[in-house]
Formats: sequence, structure tokens, C-alpha cells
Amino acid sequence: MAQNKLGTFPGGLKLAGHKHRSTQEAIQKAPLSKQLILPLQQHIGAASTPIVAVGDKVLKGQKIARADGHVSVYLHAPSSGTVSAIDDQPIPHPSGLSALCITIDTDGEDRWIERAPISDITTLSEHEIRQLIREAGIVGLGGAGFPSYIKLNPGVHHHVETLILNGVECEPYITCDDMLMRERAQGILDGLEIMQYALRVKNTVIAIEDNKPEAIAAMELALASRANIKNTNVVAVPTRYPAGSEKQLIQVVTGKQVPSKGLPLDLGIVCHNIGTTYAIGRAINNGEPLISRIVTVTGKNVKKPGNFETLLGTPMHELLAFCDTDRKADDPFILGGPMMGYNLSGDHLPVTKTANCILVGVDDGAPASTPMPCIRCGDCAEACPASLLPQQLYWHARAKDLEKTQEYNLFDCIECGCCSYVCPSKIPLVHYFRFAKTETMTQQLETQKSDIARVRHENRLSRHELEKQEKEERQRQRKLALAATKAAKEKEAAQSPESGKED
Amino acid sequence: MLTAIIAITLLALVLGLVLGYASIKFKVEGDPIADQIDKLLPQTQCGQCSFPGCRPYAEAIAAGEADINRCPPGGEATIEALADLLEVEAKPLDDECGVEKPKTLAVIDEDRCIGCTLCIQACPVDAILGSAKHMHTVIADECTGCELCLPPCPVDCIDMVETEVNPNTWRWPDPARIDIKVGDKNGAE
Amino acid sequence: MPLSRLSSPFLSGTNRITLQMLQLLVALIPAVIALVYFFGPSVLITMLLATTVALIAEAVMLKFRNRPIKPFITDGSAIVTAVLLAIALPPLAPWWLTTIGILFAIVFAKHLYGGLGYNPFNPAMVAYVLLLVSFPLEMTTWLPAVSLNAQPLDFASTLQIIFNGPLANSIDTVSGATPLDAMKTQIGLMQLPSQIIQQPLFNGIAGLGWQWVNICLAIGGLFLIVRRVISWHIPVAMLLGLVSINAIVWLISPETTASPLFHLLSGGTMLGAFFIATDPITASTTVKGRLVFGAGVGILTYIIRVWGGYPDGVAFAVLIMNMLVPLIDYYTQPRVYGEVTK
Repeated sequence: MAQNKLGTFPGGLKLAGHKHRSTQEAIQKAPLSKQLILPLQQHIGAASTPIVAVGDKVLKGQKIARADGHVSVYLHAPSSGTVSAIDDQPIPHPSGLSALCITIDTDGEDRWIERAPISDITTLSEHEIRQLIREAGIVGLGGAGFPSYIKLNPGVHHHVETLILNGVECEPYITCDDMLMRERAQGILDGLEIMQYALRVKNTVIAIEDNKPEAIAAMELALASRANIKNTNVVAVPTRYPAGSEKQLIQVVTGKQVPSKGLPLDLGIVCHNIGTTYAIGRAINNGEPLISRIVTVTGKNVKKPGNFETLLGTPMHELLAFCDTDRKADDPFILGGPMMGYNLSGDHLPVTKTANCILVGVDDGAPASTPMPCIRCGDCAEACPASLLPQQLYWHARAKDLEKTQEYNLFDCIECGCCSYVCPSKIPLVHYFRFAKTETMTQQLETQKSDIARVRHENRLSRHELEKQEKEERQRQRKLALAATKAAKEKEAAQSPESGKED
Repeated sequence: MLTAIIAITLLALVLGLVLGYASIKFKVEGDPIADQIDKLLPQTQCGQCSFPGCRPYAEAIAAGEADINRCPPGGEATIEALADLLEVEAKPLDDECGVEKPKTLAVIDEDRCIGCTLCIQACPVDAILGSAKHMHTVIADECTGCELCLPPCPVDCIDMVETEVNPNTWRWPDPARIDIKVGDKNGAE
Repeated sequence: MPLSRLSSPFLSGTNRITLQMLQLLVALIPAVIALVYFFGPSVLITMLLATTVALIAEAVMLKFRNRPIKPFITDGSAIVTAVLLAIALPPLAPWWLTTIGILFAIVFAKHLYGGLGYNPFNPAMVAYVLLLVSFPLEMTTWLPAVSLNAQPLDFASTLQIIFNGPLANSIDTVSGATPLDAMKTQIGLMQLPSQIIQQPLFNGIAGLGWQWVNICLAIGGLFLIVRRVISWHIPVAMLLGLVSINAIVWLISPETTASPLFHLLSGGTMLGAFFIATDPITASTTVKGRLVFGAGVGILTYIIRVWGGYPDGVAFAVLIMNMLVPLIDYYTQPRVYGEVTK
């Protein structure tokens, strides 16, 4: 393992990991549910469009919704059964609202469709590989859910130097990537080969936090046995939250900073989650679309915590029952980690592609408290890994001065929670920033709409104006014509006075 | 004494010339104020402000003929923005113009529509599709919720429906509003 | 769901305002012990009186302003203001002096500006300056160190003087000048600083008793820096600022300039550097801004001490720099863009 000099990012926190609890056992398979509920939007971008109807029989891995537009992927049935509904169901989301979902009643047989594994990827072009990944419904499994095939396209203008596999998993409690690396390292490397081919990368770095020695060892061992994977190193990064955040990880691994309004691709770097890599491997080598993922279920109230290979659409309460969970109404019930996750409105919500962890009860959770006024201590700016000024953002977000928040780079905030964590007044800073962000986006949307409405109105007025003018023109012409005929008649009458018609 | 008068006069002349030159040479071409006001209005074109559209209202404000608090669809946010732009005091919405309501969209009940085109003629942004004796329908994306189509309809088949929030349009609640409620004695939520 | 649970993060650090205030009070303990040792127990009485009045005043103001009382009373900021003011006041300060001072600090300088976090001026310093300007006699009546005092006072008489006014033998026989005061007047009388220092009042460096108090305050301040309650920028900048301008003036005219060691260890220098100027609410928030702020306090302190009308300039210096904080903050904002883009 070659350990180059690693960079560092500003701020950040040292947090207690709480990972031991869920890494005591191997990954278990969650039981098959009677009903699977699949939201059509489990990714960033446009929701997928259903291509089945209520009553259709589907097989495991069958496409049930197609991608809609460029930033979209396909959706598949996680098990065989019948489509029982396509309607609005509650989905896991901070709002607790509902969205369109396809519900499948499983028949218990779990029968696969015919799969088409690819044995030699070099027989396909890079473009074809990307399309297969899109059709396999693969999105970033680290939590963001960005369609992966787009990030496997260097495009015409860019050249990918480095591919970073993100096995950092910096948030406390979450261990799904850790277990995946320990148990399925070869599968991850299968996916890596495909990604290296599609991106034509020069080097690859597999970044793992140094609190995961077993995972590091497993990946190194697997790598040693793959002579055909070149220029790839496992790098242990120091454990510090949020080292697993894309921009911060790039700074640690390469020392470079991603420009404020730019992408890692601008630096010739692409980052993918280790779980995504594994899914890509399964999709191409085994012809299996994304229909399940590893979910960590852990927390104070979970008696049998661990990691579970769960079919998408599994209602969470079944998973919780499988782990012998005693969920109390007052305790936190979170999807994701304790720093960036969100509250779940109930436990009948389905597991989605981006559900990496279900946290029931947090050991050292923040007690409910009233925020005190800001004492301007500046600890928040010291802790911010994105070099922002949370204090200024707070004042302006509180005053609803959205322009000023944009000036302070509101949208560069990764909502990691470091600032709220250190604040002595316990001000919910991230909440203020999220509020400012949604207000800004709503305002931009409304401005767009009102601009269009203005244009339409003006067009309508000018159309009426035009019609009025044409009408007047026609009337004028008619008047002229009438006057002309009248004049002609009078002239005629005047020209025959001898006809004796005098009055 | 004389030298003092001459000195001050000369100084005044010189400074005056400098100021005049600066006011011409460094003049900033800004938007005419009516344009800036119009940009802040919601473009609902409803006429509740008693002007036939948002642009006439903007021009009236610019001319000082109308007050800034006459726009119900714009609501408090628009009044604040106008107050900011014109550097006057914000005031509450004028009751006789209407009340601030959540945004609604017009929906035509197709069973009852008789295809008379009266609503099409009334819509200020051409958001209704249809023609004589043919079905009319409202293009939801273009409808501004101005309600001008409701009075002309002879069979009263248009309903104003509240827009539903979906996860993509949902907004985080305002934390400042929530913690202002902390006015009770022991600080509990 | 309570506000604190609506959004992530759901973990929080141990940093709390109350904890910071407690550590501040702990850091003041060595200095208080030194003060009692050298100047008698009056500072304890003043502290107790000030704290009581402060807490009552704060509770009443919170009630008037319709704010929840419990979280604000227990945050410790009123207690810290009271203790700092008590340390800054002369030892035999009458009860009414302390009371007026602390009332003004809490009611006017803190709550009428919006309470915790909203005051632009350091409340303890506002109170000190108000008292200094309104009651110059009482505020310049300083007790000499116990060993220098011909008639040291015991606890009972201290209590009596504070609450009942001066004893039969007037204050003049009990009080004396502070080292800063003495240094200034005697330099004015053309004495050489090196010789002035030899007087018993000065104990060879900066003043009997006072130098120890300042050393204890400095130790307390270092404790706070190590515990990360305050950052090093303001104290270091202030002390360096003070020493630098002292050095420059010394280069120009050594016979009328006291040594840097004297200035560092006498008067309110260490109290100002570590406890007063570092108040986060009233100091600059940016890193560069803190250095500018601290340096400004140091330089202004020296200027007022040497050429101003008062023997010690820390209070005025702090208030003047408090006024300049918004300007300093505006011009020292680290631009988030620039080369260091993220």
C-alpha cells in the first residue's frame, strides 16, 4: 500500500464512532416482505415513469419504470409478484409527504427474469456500458442518489486522472460499507474494473478511514490477487468527520480543492461510493439490476443491530421487527446518520436506494434544548470543513436576506452539521441553512414563473393591439371604399343634369 | 475681507464645476424605476390592485399615484421588497384590495364546460386552451391564480384549487418563527 | 417536535455557554486569592454584593422583556460581569457604588440592547467608566497593599466601611495611590522610572500586590487558552500592541518612559487582555479582526495611560475598540472565494 502524503481539510470533528455494535455479525439477508413499495423517485433528477399497470405480473429484476430524461434511471421489481397499486404513498423524506409509488404484492417465489451477464466488457463500448448501468437503475448508494452512469462519463472536455472509491463512511453508527468491504471485496473490485474501463482512468485510490482496519486488510488482500487492476492503491485516511464528503475527501487524498461552483471532474477526479461500485459489478458481470442494498440497523433501542441485505421497497417496520427493536415515540428515529440524516415520520415507510442506515435511538443524542442567542464566539467558522462563515449565514438567514446568504456561498454548505455540533448556544444552524436554501429555490422558481407570465401577458396585449389595428385598418379601407363609391355616384348624378332629374 | 470673499467664491465655482462634471461623466444608467418595480410584482395580472395588470400598477407606483400595499398575491413579501426598493416604510396589505391567500390554480370541470370561450378571452396570460364549441382546459403551468376567468363563465364550471405541496416543492419551516414562541416562563418548547 | 429535533445534526458537543462561564470564574480564582491576600477581604464582599444584585436585576429585566428566565439566569454571564466589575473596582468601594455600577451594566449595557449576545459594549467596562466619570473620588480611592498599610483593616471593619461609609479616621490615612497613578505623577515630577521603581510601593517591578494579581490573572488566562474557552489572538495582540508602542516611545525618550514589564504587570492589563477584551460578544469575530482589535486595545491603553487624563486606560480602550468592531469585522472578512475555493 503506497501512502502518499495526504492533504487535510479545515475544521471537522472527532466523533465517537459507535460502529462496533453493528459489526459483530456478518451481513444477513432480510426476510422477503409480502408487499414492496417502490417510490418512483429514489434518485436525484426526474422521477421514473411507470411502464407496468396495476394487475401486471412481474418477475424479479424486471423493469417497472423507465428513466425520464437525462438525469434519471430505471426502476426494477425487487421480487416476483403482482403490481397491486400505482398511487401516492408516504415516502422517506424530511417533509413526511407522499409521492407516486408502485406497490408489488410478492408471490414468495422470488423468480428472476432472464439475466444477461457480460463476460468480457471489452466487447462493449464505454457508451454501451454506461447505458447498461443506467438501465440497471444504479445511483450513488452513499446517500445522495445521483445517477451513476452520468458520473462514469468523462465527457468530451474532461480527462479523468484519478478515480476515488469512497469507502470512508465517516458518519457515526453507519457500517454498511465497512461490512461490504470486509465480505465482498472481490465483488467491489469487479465493479472497479468496469468503472476504470468506462472512465479510462489513470490511477485509482480506494479511500478507507483508518478506523476500519479489517476492511483495509480485506481490500488490500483482494487487490493483491488481481494482477489486471493497475495503478490502484488502498489509502487509509485519518478518521475525522466529514472526511467522507466528496469535496473534503478529494482534498485529503489529492491536496486539491474543488472550485466553488465546479465539479470534481474539473480537477480530473471522479468519486464513487464503494457500494455503488459493487452494484455496478453485479449489474454488468451478473446481469442483476439494483434491487437490494445493505442497510445498517442500529441504535440504542435495537436489540439485534447489524447489517442486512434488504430488498428495495421493504417496509421498515419489518426490518425493525427482524432486529428486535423497541421503538419509543420520544426517541430519535432517523434515516441516515446522526449528523446528516433526517427524521422518519413513521415506520411503514419503504427502504429506498439511498437508505444506508436506520437509526433508532441515539446514545449520546443532543438533549432537547432552547437555543440561546448567538454569542459570536466564532467556533462554528473554525469547525466548518467548507471554509464558510456559518455565523454570517445564520444572521442573514434569520433576517431572510437571501441575497446576502448567496454572497456567503450558502449553496456550498454540505449540511454536515459540524457548526451546530460545536455551537455553545445550541443554535440549530443547519436548519437555518436548509430553510434559506429552500426559500431561495422557491423564490427562483416563482421569479421564473412570473417572468413567463409577464411575457405571455405582454404578448397577449400586443396581439390585441395588432388585432385592433388591423380592424381599424379594415374599417378605414371600407370607409374609403364607401366614400369612393359615394363620390362616384354623386359624380354620375352630377354628370347627367339634362336627364331632368332635378329637385 | 475681500480676499476671503473671492477665495470662497472661487472655491464654490470650482467645486460646482467638478460636481457637475462628475454627475454627467459618471452617471449610472439604471433601470427606469417602473421596470424595477414590475420585476418585483408577481405577474398574476389579476387586477385586484384596481389597475389593469401588473405593469400599469408598477407605473402608477413609480409616478407616486398608487401605494405599495395594494397587491394581495404578492403579499407581505412583495410589500417588503417594494419598501426596500423605494426606501419607504413597509405597511400592511390594504384590506380593500383583497387578502393574502395560498396560491390557487384554476381547474375547469370538463363535464360542465359549454365551450363558450368567454374565459379564454378573460385570461390575461392566455393560459386557457380551447376554441368555440370545443372543450376548454387550463394549462396549469401557466395559470397565475388571478381568478379573472371565474366571473365570465356562464355555467360556473371553474374551480380554484390549492396547489399541493410535494416533496420537491416542500420548504423547511422557518426556525426563527419556531423559537420566537419561546416566551413562556421556563423555556420549555 | 421541538425545534432542536426537527433537523440534523442529532448529536451535539459538550460546549455550552454555562460551561464557558464557569471556566472563566475558575480562571479568576488565583487572582481573587491574591487580591484577598494583598488587599484584604473587601473584594469578596464586593463580589458577593455585585453577584446578588446582578442576578436580581437580570431576573427582573427578563420578566419585563417576556423572556424565559431559567435558561438565561443559569447561563452565568451575569455572574461573570459582576465578578469582573468587582475585581475592577477599588477595594473599599461603598455598597452603593457597586450597586449602581452593576445595575447599569445589566440593565442598560446588556438588556436594553437586547440581552445576551446583542450588546455592542462590554457591560463591565461600561459600568466602570460610568462610575469613574460620575464618582471620581470613590473610584480613585485605592487601598495600598496590606503590608504597606500602617493600619490594615480586618473583616468586620471592611464590612462596615463598605456598607456604612468611612470610619471615624478618614479614608485619607487608609488609602494611597496605585502604582500606575504614582508612576504617572512622579514621571511628571521629573523622576527617573528606574528610580521610581525602587520605592516600596513598587516592590521593584510593578507594584506590591498588583504584580502578583496580574501574574495570577495571566495564569488564569493561559488556563482559558489551553481549555479553548478563548483564543490566543486577542490577548497576544493586546499585550504585543502595548509593549510595541511602549518600546517605540522608550526609544524616543527613555527618561520618561516606564518599562514594558511595569505596564504589563500593573493596573488592569492582564484583566483586560484575558478576561475583558476577549468577551466574544463585544470583540471582533474574524481571526484577522481579533488581532486588529487586540492591538488597538493595547495601543489605546498605553496612550491613555501616558498622555490621557486617567491613570489606567484599559476600560476606555476596550470601549473605543468595541465601537470599531463592526468596521473591523467588515474589512477583515475572509473571502470564501478567492484562491481558497471549495
